[in-house]
Amino acid sequence: MEHLEIFNLLREKFGEDAILEHIVSGDEKDPRDPFILLKTDTLEDVCRFLRDDERTAFDMLHCLSGVEAPECFESVYHLFSFKHKHYVTLKVCASKSNPSVPSVASIWSAANWHERESYDLLGINYEGHPDLTRILLGDAWEGHPLRKDYKMPEHDRLKELGF
Amino acid sequence: MGYLEGKFEENVIVTSVDAVFNWARLSSIWPMTFGLACCAIEMMHTAACRFDLDRFGAGVFRPSPRQADLMIVAGTVTYKMAKRIELLYNQMPEPRWVIAMGSCAIGGGPYHTHGYHVVKGVDLYIPVDIFVPGCPPRPEALMAGLIELQQKIRQDRILRKKESSAA
Repeated sequence: MEHLEIFNLLREKFGEDAILEHIVSGDEKDPRDPFILLKTDTLEDVCRFLRDDERTAFDMLHCLSGVEAPECFESVYHLFSFKHKHYVTLKVCASKSNPSVPSVASIWSAANWHERESYDLLGINYEGHPDLTRILLGDAWEGHPLRKDYKMPEHDRLKELGF
Repeated sequence: MGYLEGKFEENVIVTSVDAVFNWARLSSIWPMTFGLACCAIEMMHTAACRFDLDRFGAGVFRPSPRQADLMIVAGTVTYKMAKRIELLYNQMPEPRWVIAMGSCAIGGGPYHTHGYHVVKGVDLYIPVDIFVPGCPPRPEALMAGLIELQQKIRQDRILRKKESSAA
């Protein structure tokens, strides 16, 4: 299925309120990096549908990334289907003040560690994750280093924390 | 040597304890098998046939810190890793030496300003004898560092008092 067809299928199933936009970079001759912008609270239902429906059958989560955009924290999902050999990219936005996104670890187990990494470095809270702890930095670490407002820690402070 | 002359059989050499011990130590500096980043690739290169670190008696890379004399900190030291390096250093028997190889181990290198997780020099955690600059240093530079370390060991005093403490 083409990327736009998947978007239309989701629109049909979940409606315009849940499936916000289909965005493509580049021009018409050379369209690049299409993605589907979702509403945060329907993410889990959409993902489960994409995995279980025969027409889409997205059985693999290629990558899950966190991004800090100017207005919000984004969580990006790259999906692939081994059955149909097609891709789709989903994106959700979480607020800057309290970034929270539903976890998809129960749908694709690959999401487990990816969500922990995104939590560790950007502080996005994945609700419903079985074990949302730091994965790269030490447990005692303060703050989330990939945020734009992050301040470099002092060596003495890190020693105090036990590093 | 008047008194000792002719008292022993052939092939007996009279020398000082310091000279013998230091010669033995500097001729068999066994490094620990231990690499953290790209500098480790140069270190392996130095040990392999083209540059052959064994010419200096330092080619016997030991898999255990308990059998090693020299720790070559070859690569980027993160805060998570620093604790482990400290532990490995403490497991090495004395006398022991440390070479900080490359910019990262010396002072954080390219990660000094924005690398939140990188230690700004391994000497914040363990004492370093020789700093080998470069990013990464060529094998020649590492060998020069090793020869420098041998010079340092040659000046060690084992039985005699150190000059500073004698004064």
